[in-house]
Amino acid sequence: MTTALAAPAVRHTGARAALSDRLTMSARSLRLTSRDADTLVMSIVLPVLLMALFVYVFGGAISGRAEYVDYVVPGIVLLCAGYGAASTAMVVAADTTSGMVDRLRSLPVRSSAVLTGHVVASVARNALSTAVVVGAALLMGFRPDAGPLEWLATAGVLLLYVLALSWLAALLGVLASGVESASALSFLMLFLPYLSSAFVPPETLPTALRAVAEHQPITPVIETVRGLLTGTPIGSSGWLAVLWCGGILAVAVTAAGWAYRRRGRT
Amino acid sequence: MLVEATGLCKSFGATRVLDGVDLSAAEGEVLALLGPNGAGKTTIVRILSTLTRPDAGTVRIAGVDAVREPARARALFSLTGQASAVDDRQTGRENLVMMGHLAHLGRRESRRRADDLLERFDLTHAADRRVQTWSGGMRRRIDLAMSLVGGPRVLFLDEPTTGLDPAGRATMWDTIGDLVRGGTTLVLTTQHLEEADRLADRVVLVDGGRVTASGTPEALKTLVGGDRLEIRVADAAGLRRVADLHPAAVVDREGRTVTLPSDGGAAHLHAVLDELRAAGVAVDGVRSARPTLDDVFLALTRPASPSAPQPVAAGTAA
Ligand SMILES: Nc1ncnc2c1ncn2[C@@H]1O[C@H](COP(=O)(O)OP(=O)(O)OP(=O)(O)O)[C@@H](O)[C@H]1O
Ligand SMILES: [Mg+2]
Repeated sequence: MTTALAAPAVRHTGARAALSDRLTMSARSLRLTSRDADTLVMSIVLPVLLMALFVYVFGGAISGRAEYVDYVVPGIVLLCAGYGAASTAMVVAADTTSGMVDRLRSLPVRSSAVLTGHVVASVARNALSTAVVVGAALLMGFRPDAGPLEWLATAGVLLLYVLALSWLAALLGVLASGVESASALSFLMLFLPYLSSAFVPPETLPTALRAVAEHQPITPVIETVRGLLTGTPIGSSGWLAVLWCGGILAVAVTAAGWAYRRRGRT
Repeated sequence: MLVEATGLCKSFGATRVLDGVDLSAAEGEVLALLGPNGAGKTTIVRILSTLTRPDAGTVRIAGVDAVREPARARALFSLTGQASAVDDRQTGRENLVMMGHLAHLGRRESRRRADDLLERFDLTHAADRRVQTWSGGMRRRIDLAMSLVGGPRVLFLDEPTTGLDPAGRATMWDTIGDLVRGGTTLVLTTQHLEEADRLADRVVLVDGGRVTASGTPEALKTLVGGDRLEIRVADAAGLRRVADLHPAAVVDREGRTVTLPSDGGAAHLHAVLDELRAAGVAVDGVRSARPTLDDVFLALTRPASPSAPQPVAAGTAA
């Protein structure tokens, strides 16, 4: 039995070790999230409820239901990604305040691997939510006219958006002092879609709100997705969406890694 | 010295938690940090294991500066902290295999080690259940097992037996004994004096962020005096007479006992009993007591007020 304790000669540095750590931590987070019944159920039930709410409750009042479904689906997809990211912030905050994080930090493992794991799980959860929303939308009368190429481009834009949002959530999760403050911090992410072109055209908003709606990152992403799926004009929204998401992603990845390292060494 | 810390200082805000702590452990040695709640033991362990950065002081692990180069030091030790560090929603086996992967052992070796450790810690029967369904003792065991996956040269254990029942504690002690025989260097914290006495080669007493004493358990015991004789006297008059005969004796009126310094030998015992019989003191009973770490602990961490009775030895040697 003592043989089990002989110190093995292994290297903990280099690109291979770094990749291996990321894979290990991703497998961990995916496993944990697949067993986190509350978060998982929320990420399936919530999209369906939101979809039904907007289509059947607001849809009737706003205009023709059929056109409104086509209008509102991209917004709901992004809204759900916001909820997904909020739950990611809470998952990261819970993990960062648990005893496990001390163990992970005392290992020769790059700290970014832990966060990468959380983000991979977040993207997986969001992919599930998005599939559910789109499925529900199709059942409720959503009729996109996108071809395979547009669907692919949509998936790409959404992936970039979800990645950016997930890293941002990871950052908030690390900065938060606990799960409650993580959920408070991520409130903004839930709120921003309402102040965009997601549910009503910005032209209908009061001037101040309209300025916010037109210049915040979610609007170009929504316009891009809407254009790709239903053929509305995309214009400059496409590259604006990519710029916004890429920028947020770069900042959040850097800041989250820094905050995580810093937080440990009080 | 495999682990060497000098002049560790740490404040949280305005509270000074550590104030110049020095300690060291040689290769293969077991060092116990002993101290009351809030003494700073966990803070010391967190600094040694690179989780907390000291305000001042140095830490070297096998010659590596753990403050400046935490990443290199981390390859040399493992930590089992005071709080449980296990993923509840993974099974025991999954937790262990994950640690193998993080130690870059490869898939097959990770699985083999997980099996070994499950066996060794008597957890095989529950290996494929989520840890969230395990008992506290089982969780403490897997916590330690996870720290052993990478075969560390140095192991930091913060209160390894807290929350274990006597049987669990005995098993943990055996396991720790095995590790030490295998050449692992151990720094552990404990509030159980018996534990320090039993496991440690050397003990560092910590109180209020300072080292108040250190040495082998035996050496520490001589700090509070050598062997002694506890004599239970039948009545108060007898008590007074003994006190007159032995001004250095410690008298406990309620318990009607008198404690005398002794050399532990039978000759001294006979001499004392003869003397008491000659003085007409009725003796109920006699115990020969050795000081325990309890005495050391009480004497050095909470200096007794002059009126307080001398702590009575908790354990007795036959
Ligand atoms: N992060 C922190 N912020 C503020 N104070 C802290 C922090 N960590 C520890 N302390 C304080 O430092 C002191 C020493 O704490 P520490 O946990 O090191 O003690 P300990 O000897 O391990 O105690 P115990 O036996 O209860 O585990 C305590 O007064 C504690 O309140
Ligand atoms: Mg402690």
